[in-house]
Amino acid sequence: MTSCCSLLTYVEDDERSFTMEDYAGAVARWCPGCGDHGILTSVERLLEAKQLPPERTMFVSGIGCSSRFPHYLETYGFHGIHGRALPVATGIKLRRPDLHVFAVMGDGDCCSIGAAHWVHAIRYNTNMVALLLDNEIYGLTKNQTSPTTPIGHPSNTQPRGTLLRALNPLTVTLGVTNASFVAQTADWIPAHMYATIEAAYEHKGFAFVRILQRCPAYTDSLFVDAVRNPAKNQLLEHPRGITVPELDAIYKNRMPHDPRDLDRARALAEQTDDVLRLGVFYRNEALPCYDEVRAIPALTMGERITRLNEEFDRYAV
Amino acid sequence: MPVSPPITTPRAAAVATPAPTILRVPEHTVEIVSDSGEGAQKCGQIFGRVSARMGNGVWTVEIIPAEIQPPARTPGSASGNRIRIGTEPVTNGGDAADLVVAFNEQVLLSRHRLDALADDAIILIEDMWADHTNPEIRTAWTEAMAEMGNRHYRFIRVPMEEQCLQIVDDARRGKNMFALGLLAYVYDRDPEKIIELIADAFRKKSEEVFKSNVDLFEAGLHWAEDNMDIRIDVPSHADATPKVVMNGNQAVAMGAIASGMELCAMYPITPATSVSHYLGDIFERHGGIVHQAEDEIAAAGVAIGASYAGKTAFTITSGPGLALKTEFIGLAVMMEIPLVLVDVQRGGPSTGLPTKVEQADLLAAIFGQPGDAPHVVVAPATIEECFHVMIAARRIAEAFRTVVIVLSDANLATGVQPFARPQLNERWQAAPIDLSPVDNGTRPYEWDVETGLSKRIMPGRADGMYTATGLAHDEESHVAHHPDVNQRGSAMRSRKLAALQQMLQRPSVYGDETGDLLVVGWGSTKGAIEEAVDRARAAGASVSSLHLRFMSPMEPGLREIFAGFKRVMTIEINFSDEPFDPMITDENRRRGQLAWLLRANTLVDIDCWTRVPGEPLRPGRILAAIHDRLAWGV
Repeated sequence: MTSCCSLLTYVEDDERSFTMEDYAGAVARWCPGCGDHGILTSVERLLEAKQLPPERTMFVSGIGCSSRFPHYLETYGFHGIHGRALPVATGIKLRRPDLHVFAVMGDGDCCSIGAAHWVHAIRYNTNMVALLLDNEIYGLTKNQTSPTTPIGHPSNTQPRGTLLRALNPLTVTLGVTNASFVAQTADWIPAHMYATIEAAYEHKGFAFVRILQRCPAYTDSLFVDAVRNPAKNQLLEHPRGITVPELDAIYKNRMPHDPRDLDRARALAEQTDDVLRLGVFYRNEALPCYDEVRAIPALTMGERITRLNEEFDRYAV
Repeated sequence: MPVSPPITTPRAAAVATPAPTILRVPEHTVEIVSDSGEGAQKCGQIFGRVSARMGNGVWTVEIIPAEIQPPARTPGSASGNRIRIGTEPVTNGGDAADLVVAFNEQVLLSRHRLDALADDAIILIEDMWADHTNPEIRTAWTEAMAEMGNRHYRFIRVPMEEQCLQIVDDARRGKNMFALGLLAYVYDRDPEKIIELIADAFRKKSEEVFKSNVDLFEAGLHWAEDNMDIRIDVPSHADATPKVVMNGNQAVAMGAIASGMELCAMYPITPATSVSHYLGDIFERHGGIVHQAEDEIAAAGVAIGASYAGKTAFTITSGPGLALKTEFIGLAVMMEIPLVLVDVQRGGPSTGLPTKVEQADLLAAIFGQPGDAPHVVVAPATIEECFHVMIAARRIAEAFRTVVIVLSDANLATGVQPFARPQLNERWQAAPIDLSPVDNGTRPYEWDVETGLSKRIMPGRADGMYTATGLAHDEESHVAHHPDVNQRGSAMRSRKLAALQQMLQRPSVYGDETGDLLVVGWGSTKGAIEEAVDRARAAGASVSSLHLRFMSPMEPGLREIFAGFKRVMTIEINFSDEPFDPMITDENRRRGQLAWLLRANTLVDIDCWTRVPGEPLRPGRILAAIHDRLAWGV
């Protein structure tokens, strides 16, 4: 019978080594200048750095530009339906703890149609990396307001300007019971993005990373200040979070923040000015993980029959 | 035919009463009704189980109150059980109750108004209301008795409250076991066996609770011995076949375990939820888990994720949940991921009749997904089939890489019936998952052109990496860019159903293969339809019946079977226009769902008789419909 233990044994025998090219799937078909290209590269770098066996690496996505992600990797991929990447990823991890599971979602996917799953996935705290590729717009379906579109920004559905204040994915995540890893990074600072995704991968639990991602077609203007002016990016630094010394020369706006401090994490996540805060807001590995809580020993076929027969005895006529 | 020994002589009576009349009958229908919360259901369940243990045929039907906390002593408060017992196996709840234990006249009145009681029913009724100190209660009693005066019910007044108060302080918590004692005497049920079942029900609470319930039971038994002048003998077979007795939802849960499935993802919905209550209690010991998801959609998603990466998983729901899972069903069909979905049907649309039976999800189950999403739909017809269908469903889902929807209903879910104890078999269980490397060049959808079948590649298998997608795709799971790709993928998925259909057996006709009328049914109505057919045939009518299990694909040979009859009609628990209703013509008449399906599949002019009463169809009503149909001419 298959059990987690036998799966792990089969992994330890692995003597192969993998290069970035080994993880490359189909040629990415995002627009030139789309932030997703850089995110894909960061992820490929991570897979190589961690030497993850491609067959045991699982990318689950929903629907949207960002959800094409699995097609562009040579791992197992599950390109499902809009908003529902997290339940599928949860089901996979529950039965296959040996797989490295990544969920890739867009802002409409995660924060709108899939919002219920997002909230509950945080609470389940299943071991996986959840990447929110947030371009603050619906891109695939051509420029509709998303929950994270800033107020006043015109779109095809709200042409006189987005009507409501944007939802803040960080404060939402930090407000949910069992939040265990919450970080933010930006596609225009690749070194920071890599360090953040790596920290998320290393985290035990549900690691949520919001990646601010430029959409050259519809939201370029929203990110242009932060891209051009390093001072508009404030890097949260801490040995328990991430530090990226190679960025010190350019990104001088830095703030120490111990990611064990949930109250301060929440305060920092409440953006009140136009400076983007990037880094690990909160990290807590002491919380129970759903896949571990629900792990049960495998039964042999014979054991299952014996036990079911005992159960039938209770209903015997 | 071996028959149980005759009824034993009563205990030496404290008061000299004449020996009771013993009525020997082949079957009898008992109802026990109380206010919600007085425990009549527990009494009925134990009476049903002990009757099964004593070798009687049994079928039970739950009587469910209309509200969460209905006011006491109102018709809407009626809660309890109907238990039909027989010498032969019993397949349905029957027509009218022959004996009733009622805790007040108002709950009895509700059964009277539903025409649920035989004209000569024996009614054991709580005695405290007729002379109650509250004049309103006395008036209500008098009015109720007057309303029921048009029948020949035989009332036996029983001082339940007075008797119970000698043992417990709160008779509301004790009358049910006292009533069980009454029934045990009347039907000569083995007290030892009953005490075992009381222990099963109450010992986990406390030894004290158990003991007081036994005392109450014995008080009922002794009161009946001293006061009852009638007993009923329903002889039973001495049957060597080992049997088990449970309801349909328990059978579904056990079938899932026996099939080797290891994950049930669900969201609470009546009447499906009790599957997860039962599994929640025992599944981990049997190597599985129940995942209670945040909503119906997530339940489908978790099951699909688990199935994609491992052994087939299942999800359970009812109509509204089926609607919410629709998009995920389409995805599983498109990606060819095995999934078992149990829909325990209730009345609809919308919230409908949330606790009550209907068979109105058939077309939604088959056609409810946008686009063409061919998948399998099966419907168990008995409690026993609720067990075995799960094993078949898991196997079909895996072999055909598709979704299998199991259509149960509230009648099967809560009905209790003994059946042959399954002889468990390792081959029923899912094989261990295959994580060996994939042969070079094997594609994720290596469709066999004849059958559409292909082998599943699971994550973890080296050299098999691909991205499953809900987009139209080719054999390599590459997204369609050529106009032929979607045509081909659609054909391959459709062909699997044809391949399955070729493996199915022609269904067998109940009764003669030719005649005036063939009645076609599906799901939980099998017992009632066949009983009605038996009665019609006994009265000289040329009627047979056919019961279908596979709704998609349908079993072979139907057109040929229908050709043997002058007229074919379905009988279903869903809505259809009556042919003589205002506005209704042959052209605009909306027919029963199976009738609709069969007309489309066979081009036979199939009629239907359907009702949506929120209760199982009674055989007597089906019989009347058969006679009406024959009277119109065939």
